[in-house]
Amino acid sequence: MTTTSLTKSRGAGRAGDKVFSAATLAAGCLILAVLFGVALFLAIQAFPALVAPADKIQGGEGFFTYIWPLVIGTLIASVIALVIATPIAIGVALFISHYAPRKLASGLGYVVDLLAAIPSVIYGAWGVAFLAKEISPAYDWLAENMGWLPIFQGPASATGKTILTAGIVLAVMVLPIITSLTREIFLQTPKLHEEAALALGATRWEMVRMTVLPFGRPGIISAVMLGLGRALGETMAVALVLSSGALTASLIQSGNQTIAAEIALNFPEASGLKVSTLIAAGLVLFVITLGVNMIARGIIARHKEFSGAN
Amino acid sequence: MSKRIDVKDLNVYYSKFLAVEGVNINIDAKSVTAFIGPSGCGKSTFLRTLNRMHEVIPGARVEGEVLLDGDNLYGPGVDPVTVRAQIGMVFQRPNPFPTMSIRDNVLAGVKLNNHKISKGEADVLVERSLQGANLWNEVKDRLAKPGSGLSGGQQQRLCIARAIAVEPQVILMDEPCSALDPISTLAIEDLINELKDQYTVVIVTHNMQQAARVSDKTAFFNIAGTGKPGKLIEYGDTPTIFSNPAEKATEDYVSGRFG
Repeated sequence: MTTTSLTKSRGAGRAGDKVFSAATLAAGCLILAVLFGVALFLAIQAFPALVAPADKIQGGEGFFTYIWPLVIGTLIASVIALVIATPIAIGVALFISHYAPRKLASGLGYVVDLLAAIPSVIYGAWGVAFLAKEISPAYDWLAENMGWLPIFQGPASATGKTILTAGIVLAVMVLPIITSLTREIFLQTPKLHEEAALALGATRWEMVRMTVLPFGRPGIISAVMLGLGRALGETMAVALVLSSGALTASLIQSGNQTIAAEIALNFPEASGLKVSTLIAAGLVLFVITLGVNMIARGIIARHKEFSGAN
Repeated sequence: MSKRIDVKDLNVYYSKFLAVEGVNINIDAKSVTAFIGPSGCGKSTFLRTLNRMHEVIPGARVEGEVLLDGDNLYGPGVDPVTVRAQIGMVFQRPNPFPTMSIRDNVLAGVKLNNHKISKGEADVLVERSLQGANLWNEVKDRLAKPGSGLSGGQQQRLCIARAIAVEPQVILMDEPCSALDPISTLAIEDLINELKDQYTVVIVTHNMQQAARVSDKTAFFNIAGTGKPGKLIEYGDTPTIFSNPAEKATEDYVSGRFG
């Protein structure tokens, strides 16, 4: 045996390694390149609107005055969606992962996954043709009894085509995303930890609270962020459901508008500076999504030590 | 603060499969009892029936009685949650809650069932439990750090501290040292010796020297073949089992001539 036998390596095996590592590197770079490309495109196309004189922008008072009601509207609709969808999604996911009998659980999981596959235009159609009509009596009741709250100030919209209806439709749309992601996370809770809790005399719910939820916390945040991403960017359903207008505090009157729906509704007839304005609105949406995701990452990282990954 | 366990004609099933058959055993209070036997002979399964932890697996059920100072654990209306609060368990792999600090790990069982505890009481309890598990000196300066940052042996002692914090009647240990190095194993064995002053301890082990070192009584379980139920072959004082067993199978196993 000479030492040269150690310096020789099995050519084929090493080549496979190199190809694979190059492929993953390329895939990683591609993602960054696409992201950068999109940001660059948005920035270049939006530039004219950002520097244009105020009276040339739609509304005549500059880009900022134009965009901020849309930002608020987008956030309101998304927050409504998440506030409704998150607890329900976590409940359904827990039921599927830890409470339901196995047969029921797999069937239910399948149905939830199917919900995610329904195109958004169908949700929009359902929202405008069914939900808006059925829910308007509830809005009347809210206006009558809770009207002292600015968000329920009357008179309620007779058609029910309000930002609250849009938020509810969005909630239904993001529900399956959050549910199926959190379900997968909950199923990955180590048996060992669940048994540790049970052996201490924990009830099922205490076991869930001690092990499943803390273990799944980063996953829950990620799932909610993905849901938020869909809610922020959802176009068709909002465009169909919401009878848009100026920014209003009341959730049960018509009014408000989201960025995505604004772009979709106005883009076909836009030209020149109007196009730039809409693309700038898209840039703002892009920045919001990016910011939300970075905040979520920050929350997850802050609890890294206790994440259970070590 | 310790009770005896008497098991009468216990059969353990996984759905239709009979895993352990016809166990009769009397476990004294304030003693260490070791279960030995080859892999798959049902000793861990049997151990888990002593605090109804086997019920975690769907389809698992038992026939027969397990009496804790005369009270049947499987009597009508008995809540497994209550049973487990009285009969603690330490597992094969150390399993402190990774999302909790060392302090919260110790208090995890105490805070169950909406039980409130003042900070002062909690401090006393944390110190006493960690002292009881011979871990206090090693962790007293980092109680707020996560339990998963400790070494394997320390984690296992943390799990023991967590189990004794709720002041159980009995502590079950399912191969508590099988994932630990010899030094940590020694620390746990010393601890088991101290624990028996206050608790009834039942330990499953693959290590016969360990059974000989720590236990007062030893039970030997065996299995006739794959698919056959595990049975309790012999149960007696540890020195007798290891030096002068009544059964041929026991002698073959403890002398290493098994199989």
